[in-house]
Amino acid sequence: MSDVADRVKKIVVEHLGVEEDKVTENASFIDDLGADSLDTVELVMAFEEEFGCEIPDDAAEKILTVKDAIDFIEKANG
Amino acid sequence: MFDLAGKTALVTGATGGIGGDIAKLLASAGAKVALSGTRAERLQAVAAEIGKNAVVVPGNLSDPESVAGLIKEAEEALGGQLDILVNNAGITRDQLAMRLKDEDWQAVLDVNLTAAFKLARNSLRGMMKRRHGRIINITSIVGVTGNPGQTNYSAAKAGMIGWSKSLAQEVASRGITVNCVAPGFITTAMTDELDDGQKEKLLANIPAGRMGESKEIAAAVLYLASDEAAYVTGQTLHVNGGMAMI
Repeated sequence: MSDVADRVKKIVVEHLGVEEDKVTENASFIDDLGADSLDTVELVMAFEEEFGCEIPDDAAEKILTVKDAIDFIEKANG
Repeated sequence: MFDLAGKTALVTGATGGIGGDIAKLLASAGAKVALSGTRAERLQAVAAEIGKNAVVVPGNLSDPESVAGLIKEAEEALGGQLDILVNNAGITRDQLAMRLKDEDWQAVLDVNLTAAFKLARNSLRGMMKRRHGRIINITSIVGVTGNPGQTNYSAAKAGMIGWSKSLAQEVASRGITVNCVAPGFITTAMTDELDDGQKEKLLANIPAGRMGESKEIAAAVLYLASDEAAYVTGQTLHVNGGMAMI
């Protein structure tokens, strides 16, 4: 697993207070991990800070799963 | 009770009678307070009166750039993220609706409604992270009752109550409260200009039989800013001597 994936999963676990094994790459923040819409805004803020990148609103709206977040950040920081 | 030690606050319109008293009271409860307003000299004077718990961040809320940068400037001057935002700044451009110019409608909405909302929005990031925040909007009795000659002002103040309720619902789970304080007739430079006849007429409608003092508005703000008010959100606290009971 990539370093980005590890860090993303750690943020999700901490922020949503879910078990680590539930945070699979295909897990949806809202449907599988119990996030509400404000949680998703906060997650995006946390990703921006952790990775020092900016996630524009239109991109943020498309980050629905753990994998979406990892892919976006790897592309942005790649 | 009502200890704000270690907290930071931004008060807009801190050069006015009400804003100045709010800033002084929050500071006396222990908060470090950033004072914003258009009159730099007057701001310095209020800051000097408060002493070491005050910093000055001049700004003009008619200017969108000034609005966009204000929260960041205040946080830099305060040396930390904002805990308490008091949207107190407001302007009036009174005129009967039939004679009200487009620019006077717009100017009042820009400052009293839009700038206040943007400041609230821009202060949320830090508050969300720390799971604590207080947004206190100074609205007005006329936002609820209306007042001839103030269609623009009452629209802006009613709008402020509306967005406060929506925002309160969005962020309540993060320990952030959003409330309004609605003053009635308060003794300020503005009301000093009324003649005795006008004052008498006003007082006839106020059960308390007197005008309010700006420090009585400040006291309501202090309560809503405190930890003790954590369970109060989306509300409008009317401070008006009973002239309207809503």
